[in-house]
Formats: sequence, structure tokens, C-alpha cells
Amino acid sequence: MAHKEESKSIPTDPSAQDPAHGDGDRLIKGNLSFHDITEMVSRHTEKKAPLAWYVAFATALSGTLLLLAMLAYQVWNGVGVWGNNQPVGWGWPIVNFVFWVGIGHAGTLISAILFLFRQHWRTSINRAAEAMTLFAVMCALIFPTFHVGRVWAIYWTLPIPNQMEMWPQFKSPLLWDVFAVSSYFLVSLVFWYVGLVPDLATLRDRASNFWRKRILGFFSLGWTGANRHWRNYEKAYLLLAGLATPLVLSVHSVVSFDFAVSVLPGWHTTIFPPYFVAGAIFSGFAMVVTLMVITREIYGLKNLITLDHLEKMNIIILVTGTIVGFAYITEFFMAWYSGVEYEQYAFLNRAFGPYAWAYWIMMTCNLVSPQLFWFKKLRRSIPVMFALSIVVNIGMWFERFVITITSLHRDFLPSSWGYFEPTWVDIGTFVGSFGLFFTLFLLFLRFVPMVAMSEVKGVMPQADPHYHEGGDGRPERDGDAPYIEPAPAAAVEARRQSNS
Amino acid sequence: MLDELLREIKAMMGIYDSDADQVYGLLAEFPDPGALLHAAEAVREEGYSHFDTHSPFPIHGMDDAMGLGNSKVGYFTFLGGVTGLATATLLQWWTAAVDYPLNISGKPFFAVEPSVPIMFELTVLFAAFGAVGGMLALNGLPRPYNPLFYSERFKGASDDRFFLHIAASDDQFDAEETARTLRSIGALHIELVQDDGVADA
Repeated sequence: MAHKEESKSIPTDPSAQDPAHGDGDRLIKGNLSFHDITEMVSRHTEKKAPLAWYVAFATALSGTLLLLAMLAYQVWNGVGVWGNNQPVGWGWPIVNFVFWVGIGHAGTLISAILFLFRQHWRTSINRAAEAMTLFAVMCALIFPTFHVGRVWAIYWTLPIPNQMEMWPQFKSPLLWDVFAVSSYFLVSLVFWYVGLVPDLATLRDRASNFWRKRILGFFSLGWTGANRHWRNYEKAYLLLAGLATPLVLSVHSVVSFDFAVSVLPGWHTTIFPPYFVAGAIFSGFAMVVTLMVITREIYGLKNLITLDHLEKMNIIILVTGTIVGFAYITEFFMAWYSGVEYEQYAFLNRAFGPYAWAYWIMMTCNLVSPQLFWFKKLRRSIPVMFALSIVVNIGMWFERFVITITSLHRDFLPSSWGYFEPTWVDIGTFVGSFGLFFTLFLLFLRFVPMVAMSEVKGVMPQADPHYHEGGDGRPERDGDAPYIEPAPAAAVEARRQSNS
Repeated sequence: MLDELLREIKAMMGIYDSDADQVYGLLAEFPDPGALLHAAEAVREEGYSHFDTHSPFPIHGMDDAMGLGNSKVGYFTFLGGVTGLATATLLQWWTAAVDYPLNISGKPFFAVEPSVPIMFELTVLFAAFGAVGGMLALNGLPRPYNPLFYSERFKGASDDRFFLHIAASDDQFDAEETARTLRSIGALHIELVQDDGVADA
């Protein structure tokens, strides 16, 4: 391991090495080497999981079992076991569907949009956030799938030739949803897997067990880190990011069409698509913060997922939360300005009617609470951000509840007014969906590299080809130019001389 | 002629033929990304074309150093996108206006406006498949067997080591001469990789 020792002989004190760029503004703290990154991330998939993992997994798995039991009960007895009834035909299942799809959006935002904006800090969190996206979308898909009532006929939503010689109704926003959410899931899955291939190769090369070698060898596709491959790989990754960006914006827009395309006061508004997308990013980032705060603590990844990373996410929460709050207020303005009595009533009823409690929970959690992040101290405080991230997701669940339920519960005729109440099956299914989400996320933490190692290595200062060229081990920094000119032949000559 | 073409196409993907003695190529290790970049530049100037660098992450500037042009993945992506758009348009038009016309609130059987969401989603979906499929095709992946895997050191290529591989299929390749070149440009360690698994340092 002569090579290892050589790399260790580089000055380890960051301040001595690079006074202008100390540890302070580095993405990765603790002056880690490439091998340290591999070690820090890979070992969690190789050794026994910590006790906390088993405890969490047992809890999450019982949640999953609860979900399965609730779904079985619902399939056996019919949709009537849920609280949905006239006039509120869309109850918790739709609320939960929109809630989970929204959470998924942060993963794609981090992996695709921040990639296009060259935000290098995304590398530490994108893998886990993308995994979160996939699991959240799975949880989301459960609800409309079972909401159709006859779950065994769900394939009718897909354009598959059948004995009835009928086709799906492509003019319906609900069908757009099928296409949008399933495309989103597939593209996210592909994006996630492509990002995973080099890291699976790392695990493959470290594996000693026969089956582990074979399985990882299968999934890593024979990746060798060849530059001819990296070239196409990076291009494909860039294109996927470019494709996922409009896709993620379209998905929640299409979800909002489910509401906005109907002619119902409180739903029929043009502000819905951007407002839903902002809300989705808001709730998704909150979920990423919740998960990352715990993960970095338990798995000792504080040098990889630093306070700076969390602070940046909190700033995004602040921005999107304020956008969402602004949209709430705009809706009121538009209702007043429209001069439509029903529209005005729907909004006044929302804020001061029988569901005022839900409305004000939503307002407090989503508009007021993120404002605390204006203060740097609070933004960088782990307990504060953890608590706030949970508050935000409570608020976002209530937002969907308010939109769905309050717009439906008072029909146009007072004789068909009602008050929605969930049943124990509603509650059990929702709690169970969290069980499924955490079960999948814990399995991800256990078996898959939770940080994108190759991407993190690529943004470390040592990865810059000019890093070792200063002669005294100091990097020669030429601004922030990302691309490096090939070395002149003279440099090669000099190296040749010094070697002979 | 055709064989020659096939050989070059495979070389573009990073797949090389072994020579008569089962020699796959020479694998040289370099200390850091910068040294690898210069080595690739030097090897190219020596006139080699069947060579590749292996690193745990993509190194900026390596494509230029190796003399590789722009990646072709974009064409596959575009093709995928066009396929998706055509599929969505034909699917919606044929099912709603031809095979089973159904009058819904007097709306036209087929119109562009309500078809846009599905056109968009399928364009993105197929373009994404095109990007990934194209990337795999251009890279010759999946390729579970690779003679480089016989090298113990090469395991580090996915961790923290930097390798340059010159394939025996290169016209200029000569085990001793090439090894001398590699040594002169600062290789830390050089080994001969054989297709039958016998590695020589």
C-alpha cells in the first residue's frame, strides 16, 4: 500500500495547505481523503447495523403490517370503510396521495435542478433524497390505487387492449395523473439507478462474500470507471437532469389539475399549479431535513452532511414556505376580486367556517413557522430545524386536507352540507403508509450506499487535476473555472526528467 | 475491413481484443488525477489510440486529454423523445377518434389541448429511456467480464486509485516498449493483464 502512504504525506492541516480556502467553505469537513469517503459510506452496508436501526426497523415494519391489514380490510369490505361519503367524496385517500407525491418532489429537485444549477453541495444528500422520492411516490400510489374501489381493475387506467374493446378516457385529469406519476416514478428510478452504478461498483470491489460479489457485480453492470464510460455517463446524467426538471414541475401541476380542472369554488383556480409545486418542494425539503438530521447522527456522517448543507435546505424551506403563504393570501384576493359569491363564500368558510381549526393550523405551520429561519442561529440549530421540519409536514398535510375537504363539505345546496369525519381505517392506513415509507428507507440505509461517493469525491479539492501541481502540495487555484486545460507537453517533459 | 470497423467500434466502447498470447494490455497506476491527466495526454502524443483511464470519479479535462469528442448520448435521447411524442399523439388520437369515438360533453373526439399532458409525460419518459439506453449501448454495458478485474490493484479504481490502461489491440502496442513509455511518464506501478487471469507485475 505504498500509494496510500504517499497520499497521507500531503499536509493534513487544511489551514497550512490552503490559507485562502480553509476548512470553512469546504463542502466536506474533516480533511478527508478519497479512501475515507469510501470507507465512511461503504462500511454501513457491510457491517452489522446499529441497534437503533433494528429498533427503528421493527417499528416501521409493524407500521407496514398495519398498512397491509388496513388495505386488506378495505378491499374486503369496500370503500365504505373510509370516511368518504356525500358530500365529501374525496377524503383522506386523496389528501394522503397529494401529501406523499409532494414529499417526493424534493428528491428530484436536489438531484436534477440543483445539478443543473451546479450546486455542488447536493452531492452529499442527493442519493438519500432520491431514494426518499421513490419511496414517497410508492406510498402515494397506494391511495388512488385502492381508492378506485375495485383494485383488481386498476389496470383499466392503462391503455392495454382488452376484451371490452374500450380505452382509457384521455380527456380526464385523473388519467393524466396516472401517466404523470408513473412516468415520474420510472424516470426517478432510472435516474437514481444510473447514479448508483459507480457506487455499486465500489461495493463490488470491496466485497469478499461470494454472493455479495455476484449480486453487486450484476447490478454494477461491469463498471470500471473508464473515462470513455464516464464521458457518456456524465452526458446521460446531465440529460436526465434536464429531463427530470420539467418533469417534476409537470407532475405536481398535473396533480393540481385534478382539482383545478373541475368547476368547483375553491378548486377552480389558475394559481394551483405553481402553488402546488412550491408546496411540494417545501414539504419534501422538510422531510429530507427530518431524515438527514437523524441519519448523519446515527451513521457518523457529520463531515459529509454538514451544518452548511442543512442550512441551505432550511433556506429553501424558508423561501418555498413564504411562496406557499403568499399563494394562500393571493387565493383570498382572487376570490374577492372575482366577484363570484360562491367563490368568496368558499374561502371565507375555509378560514372561519367549521374547518377554521384546520385552516389556522395550516397557516401557522406553513407561513409563520418557517419565518424562524430568517435567524441564522435557528437555521443552524439541529433541534430547531428538526422540530420545524416536522411542523412543516404537519402543516402541508393540513393544506391538502383544507383544499380537499373544505371545498367539498358545503355543496351548492344547504340541504347537502355535511361534516367530514375520518374512520379508524382512514387513520390506520395513513399511519401505515408512514410505516411503509420508513421500512423502505431503512432498507435503503442498510443495503445501498447512502451518499453518492463518486459524486462527493468529484467535488473534493483533491479531485481537481491541478491540485497536486503547486510543487509544495498546494493547489493552484485559478478562480472557480471548472474545466481544466490539458497539460502542456512541457509539464510531461519535466516529469519525465525528474523521474529518470 | 468489416472486422477492422467492428474492432474500432468496440474500442470506442472500451472493449479490446486480447492478442495471440492472451495479453489484454498494460495497466499502469498513477498517484493522482493530475498525473493521470498528463499521462493520458502523453500516451496520446505517443500515438496510441486503444487506451483508457480508470478513476473513481470523472476527471475534468480528461476527454480533451484523451482526444475524445463530444458524447453521442444526446442523439439517442432525442430519438427517444420523438418516439415518446409520436406514441402519445397516435395513442390518444387513435383510441379516442378512430377505434372508440365517445361523445363526452360534446367535446371533439381528438384535440391537441387535452392531449398535451400525456404527450409531455411520454416524451420525457421515452427520452429518459433513450438517454440511459444510449449510454449503456455506447459504453458496451453491461459487461460482467473484463480482464482488468483479474488485477488485485484494479479494485482500487473505484476507491482512490488512478489507472491508465493501454490495450494490446493497439497497433503500436509492444509489451516492453509500452511499459518503458509508461515508466517514463511517471507510472507508480505497471502490470501486464492477461485474458487468462495470469497477471505479471
